Amino acid sequence: MAAREISLNLKIWRQENQGKKGTFENYRLEKINSNMSFLEMIDVLNEKLTREGREPVAFDHDCREGICGMCGAVVDGIAHGPEKATTLCQLHMRHFRDGQTLTIEPFRARAFPIIRDLVVDRSAFDRIIQAGGFISVNTGSAPDANAIPVAQTKAELAMDAAACIGCGACVAACPNASAMLFVGAKISQLALLPQGGPEREKRALSMVRAMDREGFGNCSNERECEAVCPKSISIRNIARLNREFVRASLFSDENE
Amino acid sequence: MSWFTRTVTASLGKKYIMALSGLVLGAFLLVHAAGNTTILLGRSAFLSYAGHLHAFDFALVGIEFLLLAFFLAHVVTGLVLFMQNMWARPERYAVNNNAGGRTWGSATMPYTGIIVFLFILVHLYNFHFIAPGAVIADVVAEVLGSPLYTVLYGIGLTALALHISHGFWSLFQSAGINHPKYNRFIIVCAWVIGGLIIAVFGIIVVMLLVNSNLLA
Ligand code: HEM
Ligand code: SF4
Ligand code: FES
Repeated sequence: MAAREISLNLKIWRQENQGKKGTFENYRLEKINSNMSFLEMIDVLNEKLTREGREPVAFDHDCREGICGMCGAVVDGIAHGPEKATTLCQLHMRHFRDGQTLTIEPFRARAFPIIRDLVVDRSAFDRIIQAGGFISVNTGSAPDANAIPVAQTKAELAMDAAACIGCGACVAACPNASAMLFVGAKISQLALLPQGGPEREKRALSMVRAMDREGFGNCSNERECEAVCPKSISIRNIARLNREFVRASLFSDENE
Repeated sequence: MSWFTRTVTASLGKKYIMALSGLVLGAFLLVHAAGNTTILLGRSAFLSYAGHLHAFDFALVGIEFLLLAFFLAHVVTGLVLFMQNMWARPERYAVNNNAGGRTWGSATMPYTGIIVFLFILVHLYNFHFIAPGAVIADVVAEVLGSPLYTVLYGIGLTALALHISHGFWSLFQSAGINHPKYNRFIIVCAWVIGGLIIAVFGIIVVMLLVNSNLLA
């Protein structure tokens, strides 16, 4: 597609740190190349701000190719912006109109305190993973391929769940700030595979307890999470999480 | 804490309480609507239905208390979830947008729930706590012959319609029942059953207003 040049009015959330009160500030950008990514557009703004001796806008990013899960902000009320199944770093400026006004806010949830501007602390996710999102195995020498049989259909479902990059957009988009799509994906990817079997019940209980401790809200099946998820994780994984929890709570000897 | 307390107070435990109690309340609603269709058949049919129902008075009290227990569990858990969910997002977004999941029903669950709660109080006051010896057909005809109550019942039924438009599907997802093989079937059933319930109640309310001789 031939590149266009567009100008934008930006309303960006500025907040010095967790303790300070934040506000929106307005910026105007001219001649933004429509082939730029959203983050490159903010880079341009930040260069401009730096030259003017003002504080650049802080935002998270790493791979810029949609796989690391570091980037993310809410653009006009939609986490990761208006394109389906797309991270903010993979969103391109050709999806916006010349002269458009964009409101850019950080992911908002009690469990994701704001560090600065658009940067939020998502270590709550790390603590949930630490509670059980792993398999304890002896990683001696490499096992033979196909030593453990896995059905193709199960492998596909596990792979779909494992596509979660832990970006936190599901929490941001959920009207209740619930983390159940993330936890559902992380529980499913292991519950579906034989390797996840031995710790299956213990994992379900520990991870749900960890999620509850972090202060996320409760899912009420609004389906906003799967609509914004850059990896199109399905709420089928939340249903599986619910089943895993009941299985572990009522039908296993695990106690936590 | 015992395993039981830990299970029912967990986020997912509360979801199961909502789903189970919602299912029981929905089942009651269906039976209630079916029974009330006798109103449309006239006074003798309605009184005969009411008479048969009260022949089971010994069991009825037990069932009423069971229903009350599920109702209270639903309301109390629903309010706890609502408050926890508000607490989980202390700072609201400046711009709110729907990415494609939310519906009117799902977005208003706690509010329609509270309206339904108030409506049920009015409804019980109208038809449950009536003077001893009063004939139920006369009480119903009198209350719903008044336009004021037509409006109140209209509001209550609208709130209920919104509530179950999300609830009847949602309870299956909460209970972990979600599979591409039958998701469509669940949604169709939820709408057909919900629609039927609301239609029956709605028709009764309107008929009692326009035809004052329906139960004469
Ligand atoms: C006959 C009356 C009622 C019926 C048939 C009914 C049915 C349902 C159903 C089926 C659900 C879905 C459960 C789930 O998602 O798992 C639900 C959810 C809900 N109900 Fe009711 N309900 C009724 C009355 C009430 C009342 C009086 C309240 C008062 C507060 C209430 C508050 C809620 C709330 C807040 C939810 C959402 C819970 C969540 O976060 O998932 N409901 N209801
Ligand atoms: S489920 Fe989707 S939206 Fe949520 S953290 Fe994983 S990739 Fe991000
Ligand atoms: S920066 Fe890695 S996913 Fe966007």
